[in-house]
Amino acid sequence: MSDFRLKRGFDIKLVGEAEKRVVDLPAPRLVAIKPSDFKGLKAKLEVHEGDAVQCGTPLFYAKSNPDIKFVSPVSGTVKAVKRGERRALMEIIIENDGKDSGEALAVPGREGIKTAGREKLQALMMRGGVWPFIIRRPFGKMALGDDAPRDIFISGMDTGPLAADMALVMQGLEDDFQAGIDALAQMTGGKVYLSLDANARDAVAAFSQAAGVEKNYFSGPHPAGNVGVQIHHIKPIKSGEVVWTVKPYGVAMIGRFLKTGLFPRERVVAVAGSSVKEPVHYKTVTGASLEDLFAQNGVTDEEPRYISGNVLTGSRVLKSGFVGFYDNLVSVIPEGPKERKLLGWYLPGFKELSHSRTFMSRWFPSKAYKVNTLLHGADRAFVMSGDYESVLPMDIYPVFLVKSVLANDFEEMEGLGILELDEEDVALCSYICPSKFDFGGAIRQGLDLIEKEG
Amino acid sequence: MNFIEKIMEKQRPLFEKGGKLERFYPMFEAGETILLWTNERTKKGPHIRDGLDTKRFMMTVVVALLPVLIFSMYNVGLQHFKAIGQSAGFMDAFSFGAWKVLPLVLVSYAVGGFWEVLFAVLRKHEVNEGFLVTGLLFPLTLPATMPLWQAALGITFGVVIGKEVFGGTGMNILNPALTGRAFLFFAYPGRISGDQVWTAFHSATDKLVDGFSGATPLLVASNATGESATHALSSHGFTFMDMFYGFIPGSLGETSTLMILIGALILIVTGVGSWRIMLSTLLGGLFMGWLFNVLAGPENSPIMSLPAYYHLVLGGFALGAVFMATDPVSAAQTTTGKWIYGFLIGVLAVLIRTVNPAYPEGMMLAILFMNVFSPLIDYYVVRANIKRRLSRA
Repeated sequence: MSDFRLKRGFDIKLVGEAEKRVVDLPAPRLVAIKPSDFKGLKAKLEVHEGDAVQCGTPLFYAKSNPDIKFVSPVSGTVKAVKRGERRALMEIIIENDGKDSGEALAVPGREGIKTAGREKLQALMMRGGVWPFIIRRPFGKMALGDDAPRDIFISGMDTGPLAADMALVMQGLEDDFQAGIDALAQMTGGKVYLSLDANARDAVAAFSQAAGVEKNYFSGPHPAGNVGVQIHHIKPIKSGEVVWTVKPYGVAMIGRFLKTGLFPRERVVAVAGSSVKEPVHYKTVTGASLEDLFAQNGVTDEEPRYISGNVLTGSRVLKSGFVGFYDNLVSVIPEGPKERKLLGWYLPGFKELSHSRTFMSRWFPSKAYKVNTLLHGADRAFVMSGDYESVLPMDIYPVFLVKSVLANDFEEMEGLGILELDEEDVALCSYICPSKFDFGGAIRQGLDLIEKEG
Repeated sequence: MNFIEKIMEKQRPLFEKGGKLERFYPMFEAGETILLWTNERTKKGPHIRDGLDTKRFMMTVVVALLPVLIFSMYNVGLQHFKAIGQSAGFMDAFSFGAWKVLPLVLVSYAVGGFWEVLFAVLRKHEVNEGFLVTGLLFPLTLPATMPLWQAALGITFGVVIGKEVFGGTGMNILNPALTGRAFLFFAYPGRISGDQVWTAFHSATDKLVDGFSGATPLLVASNATGESATHALSSHGFTFMDMFYGFIPGSLGETSTLMILIGALILIVTGVGSWRIMLSTLLGGLFMGWLFNVLAGPENSPIMSLPAYYHLVLGGFALGAVFMATDPVSAAQTTTGKWIYGFLIGVLAVLIRTVNPAYPEGMMLAILFMNVFSPLIDYYVVRANIKRRLSRA
């Protein structure tokens, strides 16, 4: 157990944080599972439009490992299969019949988990649709099941903007979480690490009660809660090593599945952001539609942007879209105004959120800021140096790293630590960049190159 | 607001694809986004972006340079009236100086801007705002008597050879403003060195006061013989405080250490300029000055025993340390690298001043020299990072 006090980073404090209470929503009319939520996944469809499905029926599987199933969270009928460019599967939309019918798989149960062994657990998790909660590093993609993780890391804190309250997300999941830990512990020869907020050690019962994990405590601004940053400080990944990461909610879902044999679908989702009339936490279902999520709520801005996830790393969804598989948050912020400000780039900026001290807001900070989707500039060459490191609390030089990616220099990329990174870890670098460079895109490009070349 | 937007929107089709002036879109974009800020939106994550852009970043440097610029106008007039033995009020001196300084600034912006836009059009990319700084910094390194055509030539060399041949802003190895000055220095040494160029006067009509030398304090200190350098300075009427405030002959922007410090404060407070580079340059200069003080014997030239802190107010040391060495593109980019880079600039500048009597202004060459070496410094800092990663147990 250690304490890590990170200094570098930047907290993005936004207006519209979700109130700390959970409102139960009626079961959503529509849900969807989106293959695009799973990075790099090539999905093969197992159902057709109009098919009747049950809770837990496989909808599609991973081409790279057909055992890995992605299942329906509700029972009903397949309403639509949406495809995008080059016929890539985008959404499998299920119309919920509200019956929640489905057959439980034969699982070891609460006590059996501890002794079931990796092979059995893995097969069950893949079949039951909870395997995709496991992410492997390097590459930040779903684990394929053929790797032996050195360790497994769980970050019990989310420092991202407008993050859902961890205590609410994990409420009532104490035993499920422990069951998940018990299962994960059998899948690695190493340890299961759980990182907690050093300033709120006992805020989440599921975490403070957790046994069989090594706990570490982190404090500091965002991205201190990112699991990649934590791995870097606890036990960095060396060349050739693989570790797994699971979000706490995912751990609990794995545990519950192995206890009951049913795909666990309840999930707490925060709706937050300055455009949301009543920012609050909702109890709903995995893959719920935004229409259902906002049925009792409203949006104040005429032209809002819906984001599944947080404003830094989330993905853009339409009002007719669905919550992502890994997300416990839907952020809604106004799109940038169409009106162009006269000399807008040199206004004093009392109310403008910025990392730069050229803005008055850094000198007279507000508690929270209203933001929109303006790019605030255009693509330019790199001119700033040193500041990027100040928002990345790792021993990594982000600008040199992305330059090595642009030069396709594999050895240099690895040497500079690309394998320790995921898009989310460099999101703040993109945020503060005056040249509006997309660091996450470059990191992903580099990781894909390395993965492809083997 | 709406009015300007309407005018712009009316012109836009001319410059967009298929328009008559399509090739000049970068020029249109540059002008348009300076006037009216962009309303472009993010397409994917991060969905929000910082309000800071390169325009604001560069304009902050320009703002930090304004005290230096304004003081230079006053001081040019002041030196002029001193030389002809007249006393003049602030406004007289200021307006005389403005007439000398502003044409140089305008020529620099116009000619440099022309090249900047030309390359943007040819390369089909946006005009980079870094030129806002280069265009102002360059004239501030010149004496008031610089002929405009030479200034035009200098900024041309600085922009084209110093920057564009490397691929434009962000790729350049050398500081473009200093490259332009170095070109003028070696092409027309008589116009930018010696003791005749620093004060503006008309040789035919102006009658100079007796004993007028025109030499800059740096020149006086470096040419001192048989007496101590500080004595030589004070016998020329240069007190330390005069030099600190800037009431001395010299290149336009270099004379007033006080104004430069105000600029430094703006750069450091806003986080736009690297305080590490400024501080390490200062420490390097002080260290080298002190070292020479220790080593100096009676047989050595007097500038060796000049107290180290004098170097900070002489010549272009302060201007270079605050505005040139900190150019983020040509400086070292790593934190450790910045300390080494700045320190060596300070060391080299004082070294050149002290041991090379033919060329007292060491700052320009020290910075250019370290510009060349900064990628190498960074290389070793980055290698160390890679080694650290590999050796991790």
